[in-house]
Amino acid sequence: MARTAIPGRLTKRAGWWVARLVDRREETATACTLVLEVPDWPGHLPGQHVDLRLTAEDGYQAARSYSVSAPADGERIEVTVQRVPDGEVSPYLIEGLSIGDQIEVKGPLGGYFVWRMTDPAPVLLVGGGSGIAPLMAMIRARRAAGSRVPFRLIYSVRTERDIYFADELRRRVREDQGLDVAYVYTREVPEISPAQAHRIGVADVNSHGWPPQLEPTNFVCGPTGFVEAVSDILVALGHEPRRIKTERFGPTGA
Amino acid sequence: MTEQLHPEQPRMDYVDGNMLAGPLQEVFAVDLTTATGRCASCGQTGPVAALRVYSNAPGVVARCPSCTEVMLRLVRTPDSAWLDLRGSTFLQIPMPAESFTTPGPVAM
Repeated sequence: MARTAIPGRLTKRAGWWVARLVDRREETATACTLVLEVPDWPGHLPGQHVDLRLTAEDGYQAARSYSVSAPADGERIEVTVQRVPDGEVSPYLIEGLSIGDQIEVKGPLGGYFVWRMTDPAPVLLVGGGSGIAPLMAMIRARRAAGSRVPFRLIYSVRTERDIYFADELRRRVREDQGLDVAYVYTREVPEISPAQAHRIGVADVNSHGWPPQLEPTNFVCGPTGFVEAVSDILVALGHEPRRIKTERFGPTGA
Repeated sequence: MTEQLHPEQPRMDYVDGNMLAGPLQEVFAVDLTTATGRCASCGQTGPVAALRVYSNAPGVVARCPSCTEVMLRLVRTPDSAWLDLRGSTFLQIPMPAESFTTPGPVAM
């Protein structure tokens, strides 16, 4: 469907801000980060999301939630979008939106899946596929604040080519003290990896997470099936359910 | 490559209560996704953010993650919002202490 991101007659109302695309970065073959400029953006917390809304010429509207993948930089926010085949919104965001185009943004949204820098508890981040986006916002916010809170990330991807923010993650691990990153490959392992391709299991979470006695905060984000599996594992390992924060974005591939 | 779901796998076509933040922000002054809700059907309490949300229905339907009964329904029409909470016994909403004031009797 041909679609203009925003008809000129729309003004800010009911919490929708008019934003402009100012930059875009390829993350993988199927995902990219959109840098949006939102006048008067009030700032956000790491882990929060925004709703993006498109309006067609006939007035039809479609909105979807996307995690913000970086701390606020003045009026600039970054959202990382995975292309959903046959999706209504993501193909347009990735291929149809040009630099300078306008789009409506509602946010910042959600106070639950949020890392608060004042919380001294160690943090385990478990991301599946594009579920890395809000976790990356936390890693970047920790870096920006010079926080010493120990962080561990377990990142499940199909192959090495599907890693978002790959270069930056390598750099963060070298430079940011107290950040460890472990990868789980579900389809194809890199040549040097001793492990077989597998879905995340108890051994991965047990080896690369924190013991429950340390009372860590566990953030799990990914496709619904992935999140259910990882939160079941965390509960089985003895983590209190209230210390397991989850964000599900639908069936695999969504 | 397409993912094939095994027939015996449970339905995974839901997201969670985090996505309610946007639609509910239109109606409420506070973020309801951090609220704790009690299921009227099974009595389980937990964060609204952890409800199972099905948004492929007209509007959004949020179900208890424990017993899967409907706890919240929100339908937006062009001129109103319909909020059905009959499946929730209560919502406990975190509030900062300083905003707690009970209006006293009017001094005459």
